Amino acid sequence: MPKTATRQKTETNENSTNGAAAKTVSNTKNNSGVTDKVNRKEAQTENVSRKKHQTDSIKRIEPKLLKEMLYQMVLGRYFEQKCAEVYRIGKIGGFCHLYIGQEAVGIGTIMALREDDLVISAYREHVQAIVKGIPPEEVMAELYGRAGGIVGGKGGSMHMFDAARGFYGGHGIVGGQIGVGTGMAYAQKYKGTEGVTLCFFGEAAVNQGMFHESLNMAALWKLPVIFICENNQYGMGTSQTRAMSISSVAKKAEAYGIANEFVDGMDVLAVREATERAIERARRDSLPTLLEIRCYRFMGHSMSDPGKYRTSDEIKKYQERDPIVLFRSSLTDAKIISDKDYEEIENRAKDAVEKALKFADESPLPDEKELFTDVYA
Amino acid sequence: MAILTIRDALNQALREEIIRDENVFIMGEEVAEYDGAYKVTRGLWKEFGDKRVVDTPITELGFAAVGVGAAMAGLRPVIEFMTFNFSILASDQIINHAAKMRYMSGGQFKVPIVFRGPNGSAYQVSSQHSQALEAFYANFPGLKVVMPSTPADAKGLLKSAIRDDNPVVFLEQERMYGIKGEVPEDDDFTIPLGLADVKREGTDCTIVARSMTVPLAMQAAEIIQTDFDVSIEVVDPRTIKPLDIDTIVKSVKKTNRLIVVEESHAFASVGAEISHQVMEQAFDYLDAPVKRISCAEAPMPYAKNLEEMALPDVPKIIQAIKEVCYL
Repeated sequence: MPKTATRQKTETNENSTNGAAAKTVSNTKNNSGVTDKVNRKEAQTENVSRKKHQTDSIKRIEPKLLKEMLYQMVLGRYFEQKCAEVYRIGKIGGFCHLYIGQEAVGIGTIMALREDDLVISAYREHVQAIVKGIPPEEVMAELYGRAGGIVGGKGGSMHMFDAARGFYGGHGIVGGQIGVGTGMAYAQKYKGTEGVTLCFFGEAAVNQGMFHESLNMAALWKLPVIFICENNQYGMGTSQTRAMSISSVAKKAEAYGIANEFVDGMDVLAVREATERAIERARRDSLPTLLEIRCYRFMGHSMSDPGKYRTSDEIKKYQERDPIVLFRSSLTDAKIISDKDYEEIENRAKDAVEKALKFADESPLPDEKELFTDVYA
Repeated sequence: MAILTIRDALNQALREEIIRDENVFIMGEEVAEYDGAYKVTRGLWKEFGDKRVVDTPITELGFAAVGVGAAMAGLRPVIEFMTFNFSILASDQIINHAAKMRYMSGGQFKVPIVFRGPNGSAYQVSSQHSQALEAFYANFPGLKVVMPSTPADAKGLLKSAIRDDNPVVFLEQERMYGIKGEVPEDDDFTIPLGLADVKREGTDCTIVARSMTVPLAMQAAEIIQTDFDVSIEVVDPRTIKPLDIDTIVKSVKKTNRLIVVEESHAFASVGAEISHQVMEQAFDYLDAPVKRISCAEAPMPYAKNLEEMALPDVPKIIQAIKEVCYL
């Protein structure tokens, strides 16, 4: 599909989603006062349009890569489901923010990168860390607070880092990493590497000053950074409509003269295509891009979130737009995978997660002397 | 030895380090075309251009973060704050990000960055431009905090700070930029971080002073020597973190008396920390309670007479010496 056509398509998607939101504000207020943003019929129509988009896109991508993308999504899903399970029995402590429902964003973006490109993220980053190449064992052992964790048990859920694989964390202060990611891209340009930086944050971080300061500098200095706003529509328990005066995140980039796109975060191929356009802009022209990728987290903000701010009906309707179900069905229709292939993918993912759990369980606690190591270089 | 101002000594340090290491660059408000708000970066932009000397928007949190990210990715940024009062806007990056990155990443990342600029009071710039923030930054593991008081120290310590692999908060003093002194001419002259300097040897009372209180302590020591024949030792820790407590304790064991003079507020200050550590390590050697002279426990006023009252000065130090030496 020519670039302009895709651009138009994403804009149409944006309009229809915004339209749905506007309509349902007046139509479907439920008893709890929580506004239900999803109109079932529109969701089904959207699904058909997504499916059509995926069917077109599939033709342009290597089947092997498509299968690997599906595997990574399924792996991410099982990994996080297992995290929830073991969290409940006390094997994981502290905060634990799960990615379930948002897999298309992490997989669609990171798998479009070159190996030497850099990634920085916030605290919902387990799956992104795995996609960037950190073995699931080392992510799980980190969650368990064990010596075998990717940072030796010092970071936990929110602080996965891997210098060698270009994963720059894992950050717990909303918006803080946006400026750090801008600085990583600054260094890439300074050194004359052709690398780019993917910088993830949620839509709630857009209300922080750091977002605006960073976009201004990235545009001013023409930095090869791709700002990825994962708009899951809730900043903890506060819906975007209750926190943001102008709901289009993508359009905010225009205040800084930065290219931007609104992307359907349930469609992994739409995410990949938008990311590829942004990567080209960064690598070839050293220019930043802001992608607003609309998604939805199926779980609470963290494991301790009772989720009273949204209805189970709302969640259920979004689950009907499950990015994995959609992608699987598109790949099946295109005869890229059979049911048996999918079963194999599932088994491979389950095995990987079981292996991760075993590794984490068997990994020793950090040595007591580690309390005082790595404070200073 | 050349005679230089602290301003020019800092400028030399920056220039030499920019030449020495291609990854060193300086970034901040007005550092390039304007030559620096206090002219510390004078001439550097003309000599090295936009890549190495970078003007920023007024966006302290943002450019501090750019520095942190660039340092993680292999550069050695020197971030100038026009005054450290503005660093408070960037303190999330300094404290939550720079200071913790190495630890949180299990030692995988280092953050070789210097945050520098004037700290403390100037002349009548009132409450929001007169704060001494060393205790604030020294509280956090992961940061080093440096406070030079002479041109030679300024140059040698800044060069070490730039070469250090940790985030360093380098606190200058606006009142002191014009102070002159001898500076070694060797391009590779450095002073290690974490090493105190005995600025004046004495036998009867130790004064621990830093930054702008060092010259005040030196003057008071001379007056007391002349008037009372009492010998004062002045110890300048130069680096607040890591603190060279050994040199301080050694001095106290010799003089049996300690006064800490600081420009910051007293509550939870570096002086409080030094007093505590001396109590732990030299309690039996003290012949008088440790005395502190700090900034008045009020925001800094504008009026000249009130500002003078708020700050440490020579008469206050002389009074303190008389108290601890029972003169």
